Amino acid sequence: MVWGLRASARAIAILAATSLTAAGLPAVGMSAWAQTLTIASSAPVTAMDPHYHTLTPNESAHAHIYDRLIDTDADGNLIPGLALSWIAKDDLTWELKLREAKFHDGTPFTAEDVVYTLARVPRVKNSPASFQIYTRSVVATEIIDPHTILLKTATPYPILPYDLLQVFMIPHTLGADPATEDFNNGKHAIGTGPFRFVSYQPGNRILMDRNDTYWGAKPYWEHVDYRIISNEAARTAAVLSGDVGVIEFVPPADLTKLRGDARVSLSEVVSNRSIYLWLDHAHTGPSAFVTGPNGEVLDKNPLKDLRVRQALSLAVNRAGIVDRVMEGAALPTKQYLRPGNRVHIDSLKADPYQPDRAKALLAEAGYPNGLRMTIHGPNDRYVNDSKIIQAVAQMWQRIGVQTTVETIPWSSYATRAGKQEFSAFLLGWGVAGGEGTNPLRAQLATWNPERGLGTANRGRYSNPAFDALLDKAMVTMDTGARDALVKQATQLAMDDVPVIMLHLQKNIWATRKGLTYRARVDEETRATDVMEVK
Amino acid sequence: MLTWFVRRLFQASFVVLAMTLIVFIGVHVIGNPVDILISPEADQAERARVIADFGLDQPLWKQYALFLNGALHGDLGRSFVFNEPALRLIGGRMPATLELAVTAVLMSVCFGVPLGLYAGLKPDGFLGRSIMAGSILGFSLPTFWVGLMLIMVFAVQLGWLPSTGRGTTAALFGIQWSFLTWDGLRHMFMPALNLSLFNISLVMRLTRAGVRETLPMDYIKFARAKGLSPARVIFVHVLKNIMIPVVTVVGLELGSTIAFAVVTESVFAWPGMGKLIIDSINVLDRPVIVAYLMMIVLLFITINLVVDILYTILDPRVRLETKA
Repeated sequence: MVWGLRASARAIAILAATSLTAAGLPAVGMSAWAQTLTIASSAPVTAMDPHYHTLTPNESAHAHIYDRLIDTDADGNLIPGLALSWIAKDDLTWELKLREAKFHDGTPFTAEDVVYTLARVPRVKNSPASFQIYTRSVVATEIIDPHTILLKTATPYPILPYDLLQVFMIPHTLGADPATEDFNNGKHAIGTGPFRFVSYQPGNRILMDRNDTYWGAKPYWEHVDYRIISNEAARTAAVLSGDVGVIEFVPPADLTKLRGDARVSLSEVVSNRSIYLWLDHAHTGPSAFVTGPNGEVLDKNPLKDLRVRQALSLAVNRAGIVDRVMEGAALPTKQYLRPGNRVHIDSLKADPYQPDRAKALLAEAGYPNGLRMTIHGPNDRYVNDSKIIQAVAQMWQRIGVQTTVETIPWSSYATRAGKQEFSAFLLGWGVAGGEGTNPLRAQLATWNPERGLGTANRGRYSNPAFDALLDKAMVTMDTGARDALVKQATQLAMDDVPVIMLHLQKNIWATRKGLTYRARVDEETRATDVMEVK
Repeated sequence: MLTWFVRRLFQASFVVLAMTLIVFIGVHVIGNPVDILISPEADQAERARVIADFGLDQPLWKQYALFLNGALHGDLGRSFVFNEPALRLIGGRMPATLELAVTAVLMSVCFGVPLGLYAGLKPDGFLGRSIMAGSILGFSLPTFWVGLMLIMVFAVQLGWLPSTGRGTTAALFGIQWSFLTWDGLRHMFMPALNLSLFNISLVMRLTRAGVRETLPMDYIKFARAKGLSPARVIFVHVLKNIMIPVVTVVGLELGSTIAFAVVTESVFAWPGMGKLIIDSINVLDRPVIVAYLMMIVLLFITINLVVDILYTILDPRVRLETKA
């Protein structure tokens, strides 16, 4: 019942937005707006403990209260946070110079707090998704002086700055093993960030006040009311009525109408969140949901044949999906990272729509009469997930692959996809920090849970030549050389079509008239990036 | 009376037990919460740690036994997602849902009974017919659509009421309530109306049917013939006698309004239990699902109990126990 409800609510949002165009601007007390910013976030923040749960909604809220050593600007470039500089002294040692900053309780921020934070992260109790994966590479620390610290790794680890992007600093005065509950009730919710914690109501709102002793530019807003409005239509209505200043994740269905509405302005940026179809590489024998054109069981898995994978990719009209299904809120792609990222390969374009060539390739691979397949996908996870696979199924139909679609709630889908039960299935991958090896390590590297490689490789793709390149990139400290290796590995893998890349999503915010938002690649909604237009 | 009560209690605990077993098996069949919660970049050691932390490394029967043991000691487990005791988590959301549901049910009685009474007394008048026609809309329009339309008209177009959220709250008995502040009431009006629309129609139709049925009865004619004032005839003789079905329905609807306010809660971003349970089901947060459903089962049992007792007050012919 609930799933149907969500879909219908979405349909109604279109209808609602249609009826809105003629409405007038509601009266809003302007004096209150000068000091308070209300943000409507799309998903619940599960804790105020910055080391409890690796989840973008949490990080988005925490970025107001806590600071990282290294931060990113709106375009995803590394910029100084609490660390002014980070230099690899040798292959195993990083030197960080820290800035002068004060925690909200007045204690100065020093190297001791860095040591304390790194030690605390793996000790958080009952964490459903620990930040330990971002701190485990640091095996030892050494304090040179209160504002200089050395971080040591066991093996060359060039991507440490990107891992540190995820780790918020807390003061060592919190003592041994501070409990997550004490962050939620505000006792320990102490950072160096631009806003101070006032209150937290799970699933409802977080109230914050300006930190007047902040080390950076003084925040414009005196109070921030950070609300959770998960329902898309309600979020759109909230910004149209002027109840909130800014909303994130504007539903694509409302985009066309909102673009023409004088009461709101939109800001958007192409993200590092890619949407693609995994193909079954795990089975050499028959794959569960691929059969011959008349349903006959095949003796081998056709998806192991590069020509079949190429055919399936060439059959997809990505421009059509972006235009009709995503309402322009996406960009066709053949790689995980956005144009402008340092390891984006400009010459690696999204596969063109060539159904005739696709048919020829299928015939060449020995399937002149096509195939019969089922695409699986979640229906409550990614933007327009079920519509995307329906569109792909129709396109595959045109090259002779009789395709049916099955959508499943994420709660059940995630488990089954992890067990290699499907043949072609929709997934997405977001790289918040934009670090180049991240999608390659998690997605395409041969599955090796002991080494933490291929942990999200649900299709069990494996390519020794690619693995060798990636291994080399992961221990190359020189940035230029590493980027070249990452690009080489990406090119090698993508030419092999391990997944059928579809598009990169756009992050879209809507602000009440009179406000602007600087759209961020990393999906975070930060009060410090909301400006008033004078 | 006492044996009746004890028997009821025994039945109730059996229902609760059966429900927990169903939820345990059900969640187990749907999927693994670790697959949903854990970062996809996590390695095997981290995965094993989370599974052990949640107690999912034990066989299902043992997990269930551990849960039962905890439940007997008043501990229904900690939420996988929030790392807070499930009961405290639900308790924190309960006031928001309770005040919304109670307001909605009050609204349904306050609007439904007078309107139904009028329609029953003047069934052929224009107003009486309009009321009945209007009640059909109340029945058939989907809640989320009405909710969105309310927001569009009163919040977006007219700007009279706030679109979403709970507004300012004030403390009473150490709990935050929004009906104590003007801002809170303004926030509550639309969701409560939205939630009560169906119930208003239901109560209205029941009242009308009751009135139509009662009016031709001999005792009403007799009361009139005796020269009692029309007000006394209507409010004492008619109304009291038609209250039994109304009380039954209002009681049951209070339960389902509390348990299934989720549609209204999500449309109006109302931070109640309904949203919590849906989010919990989506990530298979089993302790919260079990605790919530146990609470709802207990709620229905209590409401049925109260309704049964109210019967005896309204109609002296009803006995709780039938002597064999």
